[in-house]
Amino acid sequence: MDGLMDSLFDPVMLARIQFAFTISFHIIFPAFTIGLASYLAVLEGLWLWKKDSVFLDLFDFWKKVFAIVFGMGVVSGIVMSYEFGTNWSVFSDKAGPVIGPLMGYEVLSAFFLEAGFLGVMLFGKERVGPGLHFFATLMVAVGTLFSAFWILSVNSWMQTPAGYGMNDVGQFIPVDWWAVVFNPSFPYRLVHMVLAAYLTTAFAVGAVGAWHLLHDRDNRPALIMFSMAMWMAALVAPLQIVAGDLHGLNTLEHQPAKIAAMEGHYETRQGAPLILFGLPDDEAEVTRYAVEIPKLGSYILTHDWDGELKGLKSWPKEDRPPAALVFWSFRIMVGLGFAMVLIGFWSLIHRRWGGGLANARLLLRASVLMGPAGFVAILAGWITTEVGRQPFTIYGLLRTAESVSPLEAPALLGSLLLFFVVYTTVFGAGIYYVLKVMAKGPSRESEDEMQVPTRAAGIMPGAWQASKSHGHPGQG
Amino acid sequence: MEVDLAFIWAGLIAFAVLAYVILDGFDLGVGILFPFIKGEGSRDLMMNSVAPVWDGNETWLVLGGGGLLAVFPLAYSVILPALYAPIIAMLAGLIFRGVAFEFRWRASKSRWLWDAAFFGGSLLATLAQGVALGALVQGIEIEGRAYAGGWWDWLTPFSILTGIALVVGYILLGSTWLVMKTEGFVRSTARRYAYWSAYGTLGLIGAVSLWTPFLNPTYLDRWFSGPTTAFTVIVPSLVLASAFFLFRGLREGQDALPFLSALAFFILCFAGIGISFYPYMVPPSLTIWQAAAPDDSLSFLLVGSVVLLPLILLYSGYSYWVFRGKVDPSEGYH
Repeated sequence: MDGLMDSLFDPVMLARIQFAFTISFHIIFPAFTIGLASYLAVLEGLWLWKKDSVFLDLFDFWKKVFAIVFGMGVVSGIVMSYEFGTNWSVFSDKAGPVIGPLMGYEVLSAFFLEAGFLGVMLFGKERVGPGLHFFATLMVAVGTLFSAFWILSVNSWMQTPAGYGMNDVGQFIPVDWWAVVFNPSFPYRLVHMVLAAYLTTAFAVGAVGAWHLLHDRDNRPALIMFSMAMWMAALVAPLQIVAGDLHGLNTLEHQPAKIAAMEGHYETRQGAPLILFGLPDDEAEVTRYAVEIPKLGSYILTHDWDGELKGLKSWPKEDRPPAALVFWSFRIMVGLGFAMVLIGFWSLIHRRWGGGLANARLLLRASVLMGPAGFVAILAGWITTEVGRQPFTIYGLLRTAESVSPLEAPALLGSLLLFFVVYTTVFGAGIYYVLKVMAKGPSRESEDEMQVPTRAAGIMPGAWQASKSHGHPGQG
Repeated sequence: MEVDLAFIWAGLIAFAVLAYVILDGFDLGVGILFPFIKGEGSRDLMMNSVAPVWDGNETWLVLGGGGLLAVFPLAYSVILPALYAPIIAMLAGLIFRGVAFEFRWRASKSRWLWDAAFFGGSLLATLAQGVALGALVQGIEIEGRAYAGGWWDWLTPFSILTGIALVVGYILLGSTWLVMKTEGFVRSTARRYAYWSAYGTLGLIGAVSLWTPFLNPTYLDRWFSGPTTAFTVIVPSLVLASAFFLFRGLREGQDALPFLSALAFFILCFAGIGISFYPYMVPPSLTIWQAAAPDDSLSFLLVGSVVLLPLILLYSGYSYWVFRGKVDPSEGYH
């Protein structure tokens, strides 16, 4: 309780809590829109190519979800772009010359592109031709990927700084832009994050498809989206494990203290075990109740059964990240990653031997449960990497405690409380609306029309009425 | 000849902020007018008149903030803590109004709540921006490389006046936008508000202009002594000319002229602030060159901006072109 009371009056801790809270909310929106934008482009492309209206129905449906999520991403993102100045002004002054231009490029190459073509994509269908509309959708999708490129470059530079010098007023200045942008951890982080966004979207889309299939196994749009999601899971989830492993090796090379915290190792050892579970205790410098597999830790990280792994004790106490949070968030991410691989393979088995996906009730139920898995995994992964680089904002160079604005605790506490109330109510409502749209499912209007022979429409009022009454979800 | 990168960037940042003010200005104004034009259909129309473009408009704010961090990091890191409360209030306001665009179509019983959020958020964001502007004009105290004033320095009678002025000004932009983009009841009501807010804006421009030179001796010199005194004649004359066209456009029932004249008001006021400020980035402490990042940062971003900014203007303009003309009440993707 003393710890909590102290934090309430500690500007650094308050600024950290505020940043963690606002960015945790923010990160789930772009992660979803990166995947959804690409998915929408694929759906519209398929529609233009195959002329099967089911793809248009799916496009119109996911477009609604995209619009709500994108709106929340925009407004929570604006907060982030100003929070660097309000709460971390010393950091902004010192690091601005290096990371500022990268963020500038994100605005110029990504945000404007997304925003400029979003209007055409959402509202312009009746005003531009199908080719131009598809182009607009592609530009939105490309914009989200550009955005990921630049913001991960910024984040990676803060984790593994390169290509910089210092000037006489203590600012980091760029010396080699190529080295700044393509800093050592950037390629790994970018691939890992984009795959994570695609997987997150796949499992969200898959859950919606599975949900509607569980209620109606003949729901064709639901089957198509579930099937597409499962292909994504089967192909990309294993790839993500490989990408994650490579990213881990990169982290070992450049941020060994983070790896030590992730693994729960306090002692430097040769032939270190893999600790599956345990309770890292920073005070006692020991991981309690550890369930271990001998030598596997060294093998995974050094590809040598007797390789040396540095423990947290190799660093002075004030330079170590808090181990328990990093250790556990890492396990949650990895656990969910393996669950995703499992679901992907399971779906392959059903496709080949199980009589199709629509009848795979257990898989469908599991997929509904896995709907939020991507979001949870991304948050856990983000906690692992961000808490793991503490106590630094720029790894090894600038301490978090030396980055904060010269603000007093009441100002920070006030803004934190305000953001807490605003975010939970506004984005809570938004998530509710997204779920509401998802529960309604895509319109099956065109499919029904196809089942009713055109010439029967006039003479079979019942069938015609039935198809009309489906209407368009969310009309008006 | 040496290229003055800091000067070029000061111009570009000023352009981004001006683009933000006139673009998001009219859609914020539409938000402020929301409760004053009755009827569900009218409100759908108002919302749909800005729905396809508001997001692009607001991106200029991100460019203003992000660009400031990139090219004037020192200015960014003293202005934002100095204006802490108004900026946090602006962000909260922008959150509420931004989500309202989508949420109100998804809500059934609670639609009124998002209508209120749209109005309240727009009003709060505008007021906060106006107050922040006033606080910046007043000047920001700096010691070393950090803000050195108190946490309530931003709150003064002058900053409250600029806050109110911006609200009335955005109402003018919003109502003339609606005159241009709508027909029937919404248009005729908006026209009434346009008259009212035009008088208000002119009066407030006058009040702020008369007050500003007395805040700071530099401003007084700039406007009332030396060769720059010419501006004292030119700027107000152009404001009066714009006012003439604004009222004529409204009287003759023209579509675009009132909106364009209202934009001219904003461009002229912005120029007026520029005339007072130059060469300061943060008056009275930091000049453009003191606040600038090293040349390597400025040139790296400038190379891309030279290519990307024209492209952005091109496709943003295209987006406006796609949605040209009066808003069709039956349209919208919902």
